[in-house]
Amino acid sequence: MSGAGYGSMSRRELLMMIGAAAGSSVAYRAMASLDLVAESDYKGPIKLEGDPKGASVLILGAGLAGLVAALELRKAGYKVQVLEYNQRVGGRNWTLRGGDSYTELGGFEQKCEFDPGLYLNPGPWRLPYHHNAILDYCKRLGVVLESFNQVNYNAYLHSSKAFGGKPQRYRHIQADFNGGVAELMAKSTKQKKLDQLVSKEDREVLLEALKGWGALGKDYRYSTGIESSERRGYDHDPNGGTIGKPVPSTPMSIDEILKSGLWRYLVHGHIYEFQTTLFQPVGGMDMISKAFAKEVGDLVRFNCKVTAIKQDGQKVTATYVDTKTGGTPTQVSADWCLCTIPASVLSQIDLDVSAPMHDAINALPYEASIKVGLQAKRRFWEQDEGIYGGVSFTDLPNNMIGYPNTGYFGSGKGVLLGAYTFGPNAFEFTALPPQERVKKAIEFGAQIHPQYKDEIENGIAVGWHRVPWILGCAGAWTEEKRKQHYNNICQIDGRVLLAGEHVSYIPAWQEGAITSSLNAISRLHQRVVNG
Amino acid sequence: MRAPIRNKEKLMTRILGGARLMLCAGLVLGGAGQTAQAVDHSFSSGFKFQERDGEALYQGICQGCHMPQGQGAAGAGAYPALAGNPRLASKIYPAFMVINGKKAMPSFAGYLDDDQVAAVANYVRSHFGNQYTDQVTPAEVKALRPKAPPAASE
Repeated sequence: MSGAGYGSMSRRELLMMIGAAAGSSVAYRAMASLDLVAESDYKGPIKLEGDPKGASVLILGAGLAGLVAALELRKAGYKVQVLEYNQRVGGRNWTLRGGDSYTELGGFEQKCEFDPGLYLNPGPWRLPYHHNAILDYCKRLGVVLESFNQVNYNAYLHSSKAFGGKPQRYRHIQADFNGGVAELMAKSTKQKKLDQLVSKEDREVLLEALKGWGALGKDYRYSTGIESSERRGYDHDPNGGTIGKPVPSTPMSIDEILKSGLWRYLVHGHIYEFQTTLFQPVGGMDMISKAFAKEVGDLVRFNCKVTAIKQDGQKVTATYVDTKTGGTPTQVSADWCLCTIPASVLSQIDLDVSAPMHDAINALPYEASIKVGLQAKRRFWEQDEGIYGGVSFTDLPNNMIGYPNTGYFGSGKGVLLGAYTFGPNAFEFTALPPQERVKKAIEFGAQIHPQYKDEIENGIAVGWHRVPWILGCAGAWTEEKRKQHYNNICQIDGRVLLAGEHVSYIPAWQEGAITSSLNAISRLHQRVVNG
Repeated sequence: MRAPIRNKEKLMTRILGGARLMLCAGLVLGGAGQTAQAVDHSFSSGFKFQERDGEALYQGICQGCHMPQGQGAAGAGAYPALAGNPRLASKIYPAFMVINGKKAMPSFAGYLDDDQVAAVANYVRSHFGNQYTDQVTPAEVKALRPKAPPAASE
């Protein structure tokens, strides 16, 4: 990268200055913004060279971290076995389809009534283009990917307190925010209010840039006309023949945009993790874990509830009970144990590790999150509103409406993501019975799409704190907890080491799980080969 | 100092955590075979819980994990029952847990004020078969909050 923007200071000096003045988290953010730590450093398939001499590894959990380890360790010559609580592989790499049933804690059972081919990804649903490890595994395992639209300019931004509760097209808010800010900046520049801040030569450049960025007219004003309509759209689009002449639309004032609060959603597509291009597996997120299952499914024992993990100088022994048959606890031993059980569950298991590792595990609760999938009789968002994929945002508790990024123009039914919520509203949704969550998602969504009342026919809701095998959606690290515990949770503790998104700086992302696993097995392999 | 934006949930709530409409829901009925559940559930706006009394707080938050009758639940991991839980003999215990969290239990210190914590702690100690009559006060809750980190590192 070029360091030109920082004057004579070297990049390292800049980071040291920031670090010294503001603490390491600020330095970390600065480094991320300078692309030093931003990408996962995945550099292609892992190479575990050297003979493990028959060493065995017990992997606990068959989510992506466990599956990656199983595949790579077996390939490297280890004896591998995997214990999994569920009846399927994948963990949070999970898709619900018609005919599936899902029982959450408390015994609340839901049957998914979606039509064939339709699905909800209750957990992860998108893969950023720079999550190189998971993309490479998709490639290697033949998982077909398609585009995931994060930003859709024709989707809605909605505030119950602005514009009379009427949802606004993203492109209107986007264009008018940029245009309004550009006009203000241009005015200030011309009125010499920025003279202290911007050199004379740069002022001309700045004006030119503002004009282009904000779609300003000749007089540096953002107003009704072709320039602004080319961003926000027309009242009557340019067309052919006798009705060809376009009618420009009229922008909203910056005052109105600022008061609406809708500008807060515009940052979305600019965030590194949500920048174009994102991907999704064709047919559902669990196509990834199903592809892994073809490779290593034979190593996995299902329905195993691990109750104890003990170690001595020679081996690790895990005790588990079969959740289907019950009966006497069974023990299984190996030279090493890679444990991918979420910290929220692991903290409740009788575990032989050092005090610092225990403290780290005990310090990590999991975040609240809910998702609701809603089946519609027809794809009204496409047919009535011209919305093809992407996300609408609202200040109502459902927070988001996600449109399917596949099957466009289909004449049959479709499944919407009717809610994806964090924080207090996620706790409140989770505290409702599942069918009530669906009802609320419909009630909120109908304020954005009135068609909901006639078109939504069934739904399914996953509140992550009620998911029996994880008790939350992802490890809830804070900066303080990172400082105190992160290094400890990464260690090889005797013969046990941990992996998963909770052992990463990419929490809640599958890339975190995979890179954490690859890093763990690399270090383990070094230990095994070098003694 | 604020944590770096590396957690997408935090990030989303930070970005999207604007004011939300308070909505009072109607009667809530559990589905067939499900435990009968609370009525009059409302959603909070913004990033703080708005329920004020113990029952509303319990039904809006706690029963998501500890279940509608305080009976707890068990899967790969478990949520402890609050019904008949001997640890509730101490009025400080539930307030401490709500403020500081422990293991899978998150801290609600940032989501709830002292009055709300006291209200919900007193509620669980006087429901689900628990019959403790002494009450934790908001002042006692305040004392349980972690000391603010020194400002020097900012």
